[in-house]
Amino acid sequence: MGGYDWDVIERSLPYLFREGMTFSVTLTLLAMTGGIIFGTLLAMMRLASFKPISMIAGAYVNLMRSIPLVLVIFWFFFLVPYIGAWILREPNPIKVGAFYSALVTFTMFEAAYYCEIMRAGIQSVARGQVWSGYALGLNYGQTMGYIVLPQAFRNMIPVLLTQTIVLFQDTSLVYVISATDFLGAASKIANRDYRLVEMYTFAAAVYFVICFSLSFLVKRLQAKVAVIR
Amino acid sequence: MYKLDWSILLQQEPGGTGTYLNYLVVGLGWTLVTALAAWVMALIIGAVVGTLRTTTMPWVVRLGNGYVEIFRNIPLIVQMFLWFFVFPELLPTELGDAIKQMPPPWSSYIPAVLCLGFFTSVRVAEQVRAGINSLPRGQRFAGTAMGLTQAQTYRYVLLPQAFRIILPPLTSEFMNVIKNSSVALTIGLLELTGRARAMQEFSFHVFEAFAAATVIYLLTNLVVVLFMRWVESRVRVPGLIAAGGVQAGH
Repeated sequence: MGGYDWDVIERSLPYLFREGMTFSVTLTLLAMTGGIIFGTLLAMMRLASFKPISMIAGAYVNLMRSIPLVLVIFWFFFLVPYIGAWILREPNPIKVGAFYSALVTFTMFEAAYYCEIMRAGIQSVARGQVWSGYALGLNYGQTMGYIVLPQAFRNMIPVLLTQTIVLFQDTSLVYVISATDFLGAASKIANRDYRLVEMYTFAAAVYFVICFSLSFLVKRLQAKVAVIR
Repeated sequence: MYKLDWSILLQQEPGGTGTYLNYLVVGLGWTLVTALAAWVMALIIGAVVGTLRTTTMPWVVRLGNGYVEIFRNIPLIVQMFLWFFVFPELLPTELGDAIKQMPPPWSSYIPAVLCLGFFTSVRVAEQVRAGINSLPRGQRFAGTAMGLTQAQTYRYVLLPQAFRIILPPLTSEFMNVIKNSSVALTIGLLELTGRARAMQEFSFHVFEAFAAATVIYLLTNLVVVLFMRWVESRVRVPGLIAAGGVQAGH
């Protein structure tokens, strides 16, 4: 059994957290923001009465939910430089770092999941709310923006946060494009010092403590924000 | 710019096993045998843990909750590394070495199945628990009133109904195992996604490789959905609203 060197963890703490965890947390927060905005738009599209729009959104969401995240990460890692070149009208694929590639990937991928949550949230708002909005002379955008979405959002906050914890866990998959997120940093030290057991055990413990505490807080919040009907 | 060439799928892959298309389809085979083995494991453990969490024994419930929290709060890829790198080191030396020295696909396949099996088992356990709790209390009382023991009540009254109710979410979970098995490429299992990436590295035809893998995943999903819809219609509980009406969450 002997021969473990747990000091390797203490020596690499600054690198693990300042480089790795910063990457993971920044990616999570930005992708969450982008994902919720894009996901809400998708949800509104899915609920639109104009069929072609709801079909396009539905196809996008189902496509994203049918293929593995790892494959989606590979797809975007390859596609983002081409899309960037197309947007910037460059003749050749532009150089995009692992971070921005991952950010685009997670925003686009998680939007499909946030969309389903927001769709349920919008559908949970009483129909009369929409009618009263129109009766007051508000248009579609105003009814959505001032009446329906705030309520939908509030009802769904615990689920959106739970999905964000899943997103935080999923960001560890950027390992496959060799990004230095928390797991990537742990893995680099593990392979450099040949301390795989110590580093991966530590990484698991850190993820566990963070995700367990967050889901505990979400549970507490859930009881607090529940709308009294 | 990038030139599309779909005929690459019919060209020989460098390993000499046949065309690239064949190479990917064999990858799908590995995806499925990994997912199915993990699924059997997840169903058995998940059914036991989920059931135990609905019993009236406080410490058993707490143990079950702890089990669920551990596997739910660690990212899948980290769990994959734990099974692949750490687990063999914790075993007695001979056994650990035996696992590490297994011939190539198996040395990744076994840890991948263990990892996915345990990871999915907690999600199955959550569904089983929810299914049992969704049954009217009267079902349990009726079982007891008939003179059944607690075990018999579960076996003959609660579980047969619960499993049929949770079939749609279990279908989603099965599709999740298929998708999640792609994470096993990080420990060297050449399943569908892993082979699509390998094909891209050999042939430089990235788009064709990933597009082919995407289409294969979509077709697999379609087959699973159609099959499960058929199973659901066969085993639905007569008289419940859910009979035939509720769609799986995918």
